[in-house]
Order: sequence, then structure tokens, then C-alpha cells
Amino acid sequence: MAALAPVLVSLAAAVLILASGRRPNLREGWTLAAAGAKFLFVLLLLPAALAGRPAEAVLLEISPGVRLALRADALGVAFALVSSGLWILTSVYSIGYMRGLKEPKQTRYFASFAVCLSAAVGVAFAANLLTFILFYEILTVATYPLVIHKQTPEAIRAGRKYLAYTLTAGVLLIAAAAVVFRATGSLDFAPGGMKGLAGAGPGTVKAVFYLFLAGVGVKAAVMPLHGWLPTAMIAPTPVSALLHAVAVVKAGVFGVLRVVGFVFGPRLMAEHGFDVILAAFAAATVLLASLLAFRQDNLKRRLAYSTIGHLSYIVLGAALLAPTAYAGAVMHMAFHATLKITLFFCAGAIYVNLRRENVSDLDGVGRAMPWTMAAFALGAVGLAGIPPLNGFVGKWYLGLGAAAAGRTAAVYLLVGSGLLNAGYLFPIVLRAFFKPGRGVEGRREASPLLVVPLLATAVLSLILGLWPDLGFKFFELARTAAASLAGGIP
Amino acid sequence: MPILNSSPALPVVLLLPTAIAIPIVALLRKRLAYILTVAVMAVVTVISALNMAKVLDGGPIHYWLGGWFPPIGIEYVLDRLSAFVILVVNAVAFLVLAHSRRLVDREIPDPGKHVPYYAVALLMLCGFNGILVTGDFFNLYVWLEICSLSLYGLVAVGSRKSAVAAFRYLIMGTVGACFYLLGLGFLFTVTGTLNMADLKAIFPQVAGQPTAVIGLVLMVVGFGLKMALFPLHGWLPDAYTQAPSSSSALIAPIGTKVAAYVLIRVLFFVFGVEYVRQAVPVTQVIGGLAAAGILFGSVMAMAQKELKRMLAYSSVAQIGYIGLGIGLANPLGFVGAVLHVMNHAVMKALLFLAAGHFRMKLGHSTVPEFDESVRRRMPWTTAAFAVGALSMVGLPPAVGFFSKWYLALGAVGRSNWVFLGVILLSSLLNAVYFFRVIERLYFVRGKTTAGSPEDAPAAVRAEAPWPMLVPVLILAAAIIGLGLLNAVVVKGILAAAVPPGMG
Amino acid sequence: MTEFVLGHYAYWFIFVLLGLGFYGMVVKRNLVKKLIGMAIFQVAVIMFYVSSAVKTGATIPIADPALGTAETAKYINPLQHCLMLTAIVVGVATSGVAYALVITIWRRYKTLDEKELLERMKDDADPE
Repeated sequence: MAALAPVLVSLAAAVLILASGRRPNLREGWTLAAAGAKFLFVLLLLPAALAGRPAEAVLLEISPGVRLALRADALGVAFALVSSGLWILTSVYSIGYMRGLKEPKQTRYFASFAVCLSAAVGVAFAANLLTFILFYEILTVATYPLVIHKQTPEAIRAGRKYLAYTLTAGVLLIAAAAVVFRATGSLDFAPGGMKGLAGAGPGTVKAVFYLFLAGVGVKAAVMPLHGWLPTAMIAPTPVSALLHAVAVVKAGVFGVLRVVGFVFGPRLMAEHGFDVILAAFAAATVLLASLLAFRQDNLKRRLAYSTIGHLSYIVLGAALLAPTAYAGAVMHMAFHATLKITLFFCAGAIYVNLRRENVSDLDGVGRAMPWTMAAFALGAVGLAGIPPLNGFVGKWYLGLGAAAAGRTAAVYLLVGSGLLNAGYLFPIVLRAFFKPGRGVEGRREASPLLVVPLLATAVLSLILGLWPDLGFKFFELARTAAASLAGGIP
Repeated sequence: MPILNSSPALPVVLLLPTAIAIPIVALLRKRLAYILTVAVMAVVTVISALNMAKVLDGGPIHYWLGGWFPPIGIEYVLDRLSAFVILVVNAVAFLVLAHSRRLVDREIPDPGKHVPYYAVALLMLCGFNGILVTGDFFNLYVWLEICSLSLYGLVAVGSRKSAVAAFRYLIMGTVGACFYLLGLGFLFTVTGTLNMADLKAIFPQVAGQPTAVIGLVLMVVGFGLKMALFPLHGWLPDAYTQAPSSSSALIAPIGTKVAAYVLIRVLFFVFGVEYVRQAVPVTQVIGGLAAAGILFGSVMAMAQKELKRMLAYSSVAQIGYIGLGIGLANPLGFVGAVLHVMNHAVMKALLFLAAGHFRMKLGHSTVPEFDESVRRRMPWTTAAFAVGALSMVGLPPAVGFFSKWYLALGAVGRSNWVFLGVILLSSLLNAVYFFRVIERLYFVRGKTTAGSPEDAPAAVRAEAPWPMLVPVLILAAAIIGLGLLNAVVVKGILAAAVPPGMG
Repeated sequence: MTEFVLGHYAYWFIFVLLGLGFYGMVVKRNLVKKLIGMAIFQVAVIMFYVSSAVKTGATIPIADPALGTAETAKYINPLQHCLMLTAIVVGVATSGVAYALVITIWRRYKTLDEKELLERMKDDADPE
């Protein structure tokens, strides 16, 4: 039951939030309490996951032969830690942001957030495909009210696009699960790959691969399925933070990691050449996204394309099939989250404080908001993969794994895209600090509710870069997850 | 108790005299019509539940009317399939009728018709129960016509246009019934029996004869018409739209399902799975038409502006799912089809009742005119509607996901990728028109609410009264509850109800 | 072949009736004519059953003391006749409901022509 608690705590909170709509402080209190409790519950699951004896919660049967089941293994705990930990910070930030802008519909916002987090942890701990799909779909629907929050015609259009992409992906996942179930008689995730799948015919396996690719690829923003993400930037910044760092796209790449490691397994992937196909998509996405990022003037859209690129680092790591690369992918899933959320928090703080959204308007902002831009600088350095920030750690292991697998092209790609990252992020920092400002004289830093979280994530990124295993043992978790696939590695 | 030995016949025996008694009793007090209706439906539902338990324990129950044994006498049979469908039909009908009083008062302009409305509704339910439990083909025809005539009546009391819709329904429905009767005549001439079990035994000897084949085809056409299987669905959109909301809520979840049940019963349990798949590939044709119907219904629903008409076309699509399950003719397809009987009954009842709430409180149910203020005024109804809509789209853990899941598994099992594609594509099409409504109800700024604080003053609240809300909320809870517990239903009831020779 | 056609003359007649009835229901625009078509259609089905009950050289199914009751071949099959009594009643009830609807339509729209009706119905909101 320990595995069930994190999922349930925010569902309960959602109900309480809906009930306390008239008393904002109480309502926000529920969110913070739930976030803290959830994080603690997930932390409690950490030792068992590392020891290879994950906590389980097996619930009722939802289809003959398939139970609603949760298992908090290393991979799942890594994702859940990221989500729940960052939720705490996002909640504090949200309070500052929403109150700063006097946004309407805050009850709906906080309640949807809580349900999203519940679904995210459910995705993390799902022990079989049907449980996974259940929580994945709930995540889709729970994020919709957040994307559409502003309720402008633009936001409604963005919401429709988001749903179109994600519901289609969900449907393809269902098809994939149905085929897997008929072919193997089981839907349970198995480290190293589902045994029965190897025995299914090549046509079946190919069909399942492509269905999964599209199914999880949409949320993982693999090109050309990425279209929804830049459009979804219309949502308020904390929602973007949620989408990019806390839950949604991370659920997508988590899905990729799960499918590659626990449905297909390295051996099957290599046998059919799926790893090459996946790597090709990932590599193309990394390059294209990094290049497209240069062309975006809207800060959040630039960050969106940056995320698309970084997500494909993770996909690439999975596709390389080497344990070090897989571990690097898991680490990057966590570390990119802290870095990206820092940048989004900064973007939001700038918007609340100065109402500026575009890169070209950011001249001299650093003088008015030094803490914010300092954090932004840290985030940018981290995303470029420069030590001592944690962005480097993930990339380092990805590179090691690529070299070990003999894919030197991937190493060049990683280095090259790091340079591109620097290319589209560093000028922002330089403009902010070294160009004369326009209209920023006398402006002060944003509210502490906004600045403290973003400094916290920036500092966290630095600390995790120096000591990746500190506190939450991300390094160990990644290694354990990768090692659990052993037995199927060529 | 000796009376329980006749339990298969009890629902019919209780409903028929009550239906006739209602106009008489209501001479004392008009309210008694409603009370008596709800009371008898409650009793019938309890009996259906008890019957289900009995069948699960002890196997099929047979009852011979008048003590005459088959094949001469008329036999009533309760096996798992019929007991299940009877329970679903009666439970949903009970909830809808319990809900109906204010809708009837509001939507039927002529007060003189309120009392006969309940009598006719009970007659219709009597007919449904009869169809579901009978084991004799001609008895089936009688019950079929009883419930059809009542259906025409229930449709006709609505708006100005409802009489025309009812007329069209009458013509098409009578054609269907006559086709069925003609088909039965053909079969009777070659087999000499009207009893279902007897015909099943005799049929292999005459299976090759053209007369038998024609009989089968005519019967299937007849049922297809009653079931609104594409392209025989023409009567449905107008009938569901023009009927008063409480009638729509009563007939949409149940009417076509009963016809689908009969089709399943006759095809798989009388003629046999082998015959209808290989010798005369009726199931393939039904499956193909059903797939077309799913797409047609979904596309047409997307084009509708009025909520009830949208739900009507959606029903055409949903019947297609059941037809698809019949077309697959394997255990998972069967399970998916029968589970969908239950699922669709619950979902559609909820959606039509919610539409009724909207019409009652807002005066209309035109989707482009919905906006946030609707949600503000009727939060519970809107939330229940959203649950129903998400279930129709197929979002787990709502019940709608699971019938699609089993049908998908069945399609994969037959390697029928077209059917699989249709099932999944239709989910997306459903999403288009249902999310459009949800979007309007939750996210589109109203003219009066733009910029207003989110805590709306209580005076704006105009929710439906609680006697109407309770059945709606029960149905919404059932959607989630039955979804989570669907494995219980499937393993406990349906898996053992699979016809012999299938899968 | 000729024996097949001539021997089943009743059934050919019935199919003609079915066709006529169906034609009436579908093609005719006047509602009452549709109902007449429906009635013809129903009667055709009834006659089908009755025709199937016939036996050559048999008499009506009322026990005749002269013939005795041992040989059933002497009496035509009464079952179909009984069934058709029910069917006739059903037909009457259906006609009753149908004509009630026709009267209602007449009262509301003052026309029984389908095309006219659709024209006049266009002005009504859907549904109101």
C-alpha cells in the first residue's frame, strides 16, 4: 500500500481544494500539504527501490487477467521524485504567480494540478500497460483545463490541438496494448523486456513498435509529433513548468524508457533494428529543435524548442541500448527538469514583474532583476552541458554510453547540440546584464514567492551537479534502473 | 416461496396489470400514477437482481406458461445473458422513471396526458421484459409489438414535430416487425416449431434449404431495423430528438439494446455460431454495416448543433459497437458487445437526463448557446454530463473505455485491423463532439460572466431539484464504479454466458 | 419448373402484395396512402402464414365426428390461424395508433402530404 499513498494523497487534495474554493489560503494550504506529503511518501519508497525490492500495491482486477497494479521500482521512483519534489516548488511559485496577476479560476487551476500530479505518479509506478494507459489518459484530461486556463480563443485553440495530439496518441497506445495482450497474454512490465513478445511474429512486433513510438512519442515531443508543445505555451508559466519539467513531457520520455526497457528490452530492440529507427528520430529532433530555437523570439517558445531537443537526448539515451547511456537518460530526465523549471520560473517572473515575453525586450533586465537573471544564467549553463551543473552529468553518461556502444556520431551530436544550446541561451543572459535597459529603470526584483523557488531550483541544479547522489540518490537510481535491464543487453 | 418459482415471469406479470391499473388508480389522485410506476419498477428491479443471483448460483431457470411444456407451450428462460440484460434494463429504467416526474410535467404540455404517459411507459417496459425473457419466437413477436406501439406513443407526446417522427418510426418499425414475422413464417414452414430451443435442435437438418436461409435473413433485417443498425437507422434521429426528454432518456438506453440482445440470442444461441459465420456469413455483413454505422453516426454527430440530436446520432454509432461485437463472433467480441449493452444504457441515460435538465432550466439544449454560465448555474448536472461524455470518449477508468478495450482485443484476435481502426478512430471522433460541449460548458466565457469573480453568488445557482439530481448522480457514480469493477461483471457473468461453439 | 411456379401460386401472389405494400409505404406521399400500403404489407404476411397451413384435400380445423381426430392430415394446420389471429389484432392496434398519429398531424399541420408537411415543419424550431 505504500506505493499507493503518493497517488492517492493528491487526489484527496484535489477534492479538498475544490471544496475550499472560497478560502484561498486554506485551499493553497491543501496543495502545499499534499505536495509535501507526496514527496515524503515517495522518498520513503526510495530504499526499497534501490535494493531491488520495490514496494508494490496490487489492486482490483480491471480486465480479466490484468490488475490495477503499482510497483515503485528505480525508474519509477526517479520520475516520481522529480515530479513530487518540483511540485512543491511549483506550488509556491504558482501562488506567487496567480496572485501577482490576479488570475481568475484559481480553484480549478490548483485542483487540476493536484490531479495531474496524482496521474503522473500513477504513470511512474504503473506495473502493467493497462494501469499505465489509465493514468496516462487521466494525465491528458487533467492537463487540459490547465492548458486552456486563460480561456481566450487562442487558449481554446491550443487546448484543442493539445487534445487532438494526446488523445490520438492514447488511442494508439490502446491499440498497442491490445496487440501485446493478444500476442503474449500479459501486460506486465518486465525488466529486460516482456518474454512473450520475442516470440510474436515480426509483423506484430513491428506494428507494436510503431504504435508505441507514436503513442508515447507525442508526449515525449519527438518530431514530427511535437507540434502541440510550442502552441501550449499559451498557458500560464507555472503550467508550462508543469508541462515541461514536472509531469507531462517527462511522462512521455518516461514512457519511452519504460517501453524500450520493460516492454521490448534491449535484445529485441537490437534484433529488429528499432534502436536505429528510434535513434534516428531522436537525433533529428535534437538537431532540428536546437536550430528552431534560434528563430523564436518569444522566450517561452524558445524554451519549448529547447525542451523538445533535450527530451530527445533522453530518447537517444534509451535508443543506444547501453546501460550507461540508459542511466544517463534517467539522470537527464531528472536533471533537465530542475534546469528547465528554473528557466521557466525566470520567464514567468519577468512576465509578472515587467510584462515582457520576448527575448528582444529583455535588454538590461538583469539590472532590475539580478537574482532572477543569475538563476537564468545558471540554468543556461546547465542546459549547455557545462560542469559543474547537473546538465553535464546526464550528458556525460549519455556520451559514455554512446562511446561504449560505438556510436561516436551520437557523441558529436551531444557536443554539437550543447554548443547550440549555448548559442540560443547565452545571448539572453548577455543582453540582460550588459545591454542598456529600456524602461527598466527603478524596477525591482519580483516577489519572493517567485524568486525563492527559482533560486532554489537553480541552486539545486548546482548541488546535484557537484554531488549527483546527494539526498535523492539519482545516480544510484539511474544505475539500478539500467542494471535491471541486464540479461538482455547485447 | 412458491411465487419465486415463477420468477422469470414475475416482471411481466407485475408490469402488465399495473400499466392497466394506472389510469384507473389515478382517478383518485393524479400523483399516484408516478408513485405506482416507481414502486412497481423498484419491485421489478429487485426481482431482476434476485433472479440474477439465482441464475449465477444454480444455472438457467425455465418457466412454462400455463404449465404447458415446450415445444407446444410457451417457455420463459433465464440464463446468464438474459438475466444480465434484464437487470440492466430494469435498473436503468427505474432510475429514469424515478427521475421523470418533473420532466414530464414540464415537457408535455397537455396535463391530460401525464397519467397515460406512465401507463404507456410501463407497458413498454412490460414489452421489453417479455422480449428479454421469452423462449418462443411468436411470443417474441407479440412482446415486440407491444413495446413498439408503446414506443410510438412515448415519442409522439413531445413537441409539435414529434407526431411526424413517431409516424415515421411507426412505418419503419412495422416494416421491421413484418419482416421478422415473415422470416419466422419461412422458418416455421421448414422446421415446424416456434420454440427457440426446439428450433435450435431441428435446424441442422434443414440448414441447407433456401427457405431457412431466407428466413434467417428476413429475421435479421427485421431486428436490424428495430436496432437501428446502419443503414436501417433512419427513424432514430428524429424520434430521439423530438420525443420529450424523459422519453428519450427511457428509450435511448434501452430500446435498441433489447433488439440487439434478440439479435445476439437468435444468431448465436439458436442458429449457432458456426452457421452464422461460415454457412451464411450474416455476422460478417452485420459487422461491416456496424463499422459503417459507427463512422456515419460519429461524423453526423459532429455536425449537430442541438444536443439531443447529437446524442441520437451518437447512439447510432454506439449501436454499431454492439454490431461490431456481433460481427467479430468471438468470445471477446461477444463480451465487448454485451458489456456495451450495459455501458451504453448507463451512459446514454445519464446524457439524455442531463440534456433534459438543460432544457428544463435553460429552455434549450443548443450547444452553440452554452457557455460558462451553465456550469455556474448547474454545477452538478454539468459535472455529471462531463463524466458521461468522458466515458463515451473512452477515458479510463470510466465504463466506456472497457467495452472498447474488449472489442479491440476481439478485433486483434480476429486480425481484423479495419475494425480495430474503426473502434479507435471513432473514439477520436467522439472526442471531437463531446469535448466541444465540455469546452463550451466549462471554458467559454459567457456574456454576463466575463470578468466576474469566480465565486458566483448563490442566487445565480439554478440547479435541478434534488429528486432529479439523485438519479443522475447515481448514474455518474455507476459509470466510474462499474468501470472499475468491470472485471467482476465480465468474469462473473459474461464470460460464462458466451454461446457454445464460440472461440 | 412450371409445377414449382404454378404449385406455389399463392406465394407469388403474396410477394406481389408485399411489393405493392412496400411501394405504397415508401413511394406514396400521402400519409393515409402509406398506411394503406402498410396494411397491405401486413395482410400479405398474414396470408403467407395462412397459405402455409393448407393441406390438399383437408378441411377446416374443427373436429368433424365423421372424420374423427386420429388423422391430422384431414384437417389443415390450425396453429398458423391462431397465430394470425394475434397478428391481426396487432395489425389493428398498429393501425389505431397510426391513425391517431395521422389525426394529430392533421390537427397540427393541416396537411397529410409528406412534402407539404416537411415544408411546414421547417418553420418549427427543432426541437422546441
